[in-house]
Amino acid sequence: MNPILTLADVTRVHGAGAAEVHALRGVTVTASQGELVAVMGPSGSGKSTLLNLAGGLDTPSTGDVVVDGTSLVRLSQSRRAALRRTSVGYVFQSFNLIPALTAAENVALPLELDGWKRGRARDAALVALDEVGLTSAADRYPDDMSGGQQQRVAIARAIVGQRRLILADEPTGALDTATGEEVLKLLRARVDAGAAGLLVTHDPRHAAWADRVVFLRDGLVVDESGRARGPEDLLDAEAAR
Amino acid sequence: MSVRHALLALLEQGPMYGYQLRTEFEGRTGSTWPLNIGQVYTTLARLERDGMIEAASGDSEADEDGSKRRYAITTDGRVEVATWFDEPVGRGEPPRDELAIKLAIAVTIPGVDVASLVQRQRTATMNALHDYTRLKRGAATDEPADLAWSLVLDSLIFNAEAEIRWLDHCEARLARRSSAPTRSTVAEEAAR
Repeated sequence: MNPILTLADVTRVHGAGAAEVHALRGVTVTASQGELVAVMGPSGSGKSTLLNLAGGLDTPSTGDVVVDGTSLVRLSQSRRAALRRTSVGYVFQSFNLIPALTAAENVALPLELDGWKRGRARDAALVALDEVGLTSAADRYPDDMSGGQQQRVAIARAIVGQRRLILADEPTGALDTATGEEVLKLLRARVDAGAAGLLVTHDPRHAAWADRVVFLRDGLVVDESGRARGPEDLLDAEAAR
Repeated sequence: MSVRHALLALLEQGPMYGYQLRTEFEGRTGSTWPLNIGQVYTTLARLERDGMIEAASGDSEADEDGSKRRYAITTDGRVEVATWFDEPVGRGEPPRDELAIKLAIAVTIPGVDVASLVQRQRTATMNALHDYTRLKRGAATDEPADLAWSLVLDSLIFNAEAEIRWLDHCEARLARRSSAPTRSTVAEEAAR
């Protein structure tokens, strides 16, 4: 399988000297094409740091972060921002839509920032809104929508223009159970269609939608569930005997 | 016991053969609790002994193992089914919970690595939750039988979720108790 995201032995230290905080202490996580990976752990375990590193919003103290074959660590800040705009989609707990823009304008925004012509960006936005089942709401404003609809707009914004890596930070946190499940269905469908996803959640039922769950504790991966038990694993198990 | 009542309730729909009852039971519960046919006939024999069911009229009573007989519910049987549906499932004595027992013993015995025990269990339960969720995604829910199975799956999903949340809770309580040797040692132990 083709890894779209690789975090290789990353550490992240905030502060210095006595105030030094080790947010991540040597973590390796990959997400391949068609793979949704969930990250679970108590607050302070390093989940948000991991997501920020994966999206190039932060850089590791040591280790490497590779998105779509490009190492973010060696990129200039502006090149990193460009890669973030074209390859990475974010979904947040609080939706983060711009209230003065319609649904379609919100979805088209990252493309316009990337230099797309307005008409072409709108066409792509409508395709993405169609994928999340919100074609009819294209010209409505976020305030006129339910939380579930707003989050679907946010997902459309995250996937617009064929983004290959979707990073989701507690995307169901502000939604009721049934609406949260709809959101996961959409994420799952997009990943199944060829993207890779990293999902931070504290809800085991939502993490179960992922292919694998990585458990973080105090900046370390302590375990992983749902690992594919393919032929290689059987051989490994055989060899370990 | 629930299998006895479930079979009896199915017979309220009309007379059935033993294998038919098994098919109906497993269809509605998604084969979550498979029944062997011997168990079905043993249960039917007891129900007949207790006057809850009888041979369906017109059917031969010749064969001995009951496999060629259809069974019909009696009036007593109908009363029993009505009572079963009316009364809540008993919650008086909690059923034995191996995990709760294991953890209770583990925290009282020196030298047991409880943090690792909790994490291994969480991973195992998470794997089960993966499997149930995958089944749930594939389950259509329009037909009554699909709905029944889907609700059984929900029950398994909610139970697995509750177990993981309980393990998180145990871990947090244990971490607070042993906060003297700092949190990082717990993580290092867990990482081993």
